[in-house]
Amino acid sequence: MQILEGEGVTKYFGGLAAVSKVDFSVTKGEVFGLIGPNGAGKTTLFNLISGAFAPKPGVIKFRGEKISGLSPHKICRRGVARTFQDVRVFANMPALQNVLLGSLFGTPTGMSEAEANKRAIELLDFVGLSAMKDIPAGGLTLVNQKRVEVARALATRAELLMLDELMAGLNPTETAEAMELVTRIRKRGVTIFMIEHVMKAIMGVCDRIMVLHHGEKIAEGTPKEIATSKKVIEVYLGE
Amino acid sequence: MQYLLTSICSLCMVYSGWFIDRLLGKEKRGKWLTSGVLLLTLALVATLPVYGTSYAPILMTTIILYIILAVSWTMFSGPTGYMSLATAAFFGVGIYTAAFMAGDFPPPVFILVGGAASFILALGVGALTLRLRGIYFAIFTFGLVELIRHVLAFIELHVTGTRGRFVFGVDNETIFYYMLGVFVLLMITAYFLNRSKFGLALRSIGEYEAAAAHTGVNVTMVKIVTFAVSAFFMGAVGAIWATKLHYVDPGIAFNPLFTFIPVLMAIFGGMGLLYGPIIGAAFFTLLKEFLTTTLAKYGLGELYMLFFGVILVAAILFMPNGVVGVIQRLTQKWRKGGPVEEHADT
Repeated sequence: MQILEGEGVTKYFGGLAAVSKVDFSVTKGEVFGLIGPNGAGKTTLFNLISGAFAPKPGVIKFRGEKISGLSPHKICRRGVARTFQDVRVFANMPALQNVLLGSLFGTPTGMSEAEANKRAIELLDFVGLSAMKDIPAGGLTLVNQKRVEVARALATRAELLMLDELMAGLNPTETAEAMELVTRIRKRGVTIFMIEHVMKAIMGVCDRIMVLHHGEKIAEGTPKEIATSKKVIEVYLGE
Repeated sequence: MQYLLTSICSLCMVYSGWFIDRLLGKEKRGKWLTSGVLLLTLALVATLPVYGTSYAPILMTTIILYIILAVSWTMFSGPTGYMSLATAAFFGVGIYTAAFMAGDFPPPVFILVGGAASFILALGVGALTLRLRGIYFAIFTFGLVELIRHVLAFIELHVTGTRGRFVFGVDNETIFYYMLGVFVLLMITAYFLNRSKFGLALRSIGEYEAAAAHTGVNVTMVKIVTFAVSAFFMGAVGAIWATKLHYVDPGIAFNPLFTFIPVLMAIFGGMGLLYGPIIGAAFFTLLKEFLTTTLAKYGLGELYMLFFGVILVAAILFMPNGVVGVIQRLTQKWRKGGPVEEHADT
């Protein structure tokens, strides 16, 4: 079953097509990777899906319903949550409150404050931060701030989680932990759509990968197909 | 004498702000004692007309007016970081509402209508402008003050052919009690706003608006509603204030100083905690009173703004987090120093 579908998704910034006529679909339960050189339009595509701006033209559907054009908070409440490439935690709020915001405001049906609190604590524990719940998020290390973002996104009862370069800036041990975290999130039944530059990571955890170049989709397939695709190698290594 | 009494009453108001900050900080120690002191201090303020000079309640009314303006401004602009310069617009709408209604209706009615009119205006303005960020929002809100002032002046000149309006007066003591009543209502509102999940959403907007939106917060709604609630209080006190003025015209009602002075007070006092703007408002109102009466002897009454300017520049340079920031630093030092001293004693 397709959980997320895009048809002819396009976004111009001035005369430049940041994303151009991209068709894609994400299957429920899979880990779907998105790669491409810098400036390929990966984050723009995430912004289009999460509602930061609307595709023009193009349609994005989540569970068969059109979500393009909705405001970000509505898309979040439908079940699409995300993290940010430039980690965006609420720096002066304790880690727990960061996550609590997701469970209080981002869930499809809403929940009582007691339930929301319980869920926030559970998710901080899930990402391994229960010891740091009272520390202002701005005081945490980069890897822990990223974990707060993941917990905050999951707290919204998201069915689709979009991770924007979760592993950028992490050391090899942290990267391995992050890969393991992705696998555990998947086991919770959450579909994952991730942008990543760390090739080892993306080849290791993804079921399928899509490649963007200059805003256009140039390839899609299993990690093995992508790794051996002539077109992809050309884009990454030059001719 | 009146300075002493009003200073004590101002301290009582600061205390009530501090009390609510403490409640919000989940500080449970000495809860009964502090609530007892709170009731006592409020009673002290409320009985000012009984034991004070006849001028004391009048001065205190002005102090409470500025406290309400500064606190309600901070309620929205503090956590969100949106610099609103529309205070004078909402205040003026309250004043004009009272100018039309006072005399025909009892004070509670026109105070509520004045607040409601500002609330509705803020909903409309908020829906239009809260997409703007930073300097654009500040300029637009300031433009609103000027726009309303000039439109009213135009209507008075070309349509109704009048110049200003007389306002049916209310005696000073009654004005004082209504002002105090609005203050209590504001404190209660501030408490529930901060404690609720709404307050959490508001703070998240100030921290990272885009992230808040992508976490499911309806940022536009939260901003507009808070903006409107703060405008309600500005309008309500405007309506009370009008009865003290007896005569209003657009220039008096929509005086931009009512925008800038509360901002200055809030910055001086510190915007992080509730009692910050209260300190700032009380301090500047008392200082203004003192300076204008003292300087007036030499015919320099209007020079007080010069002193305000110097103090504000010094405050921004030396205490960026306001008086509250200084107090927090001192108490932290004292707490760290505390155990060492105890150790030395034993």
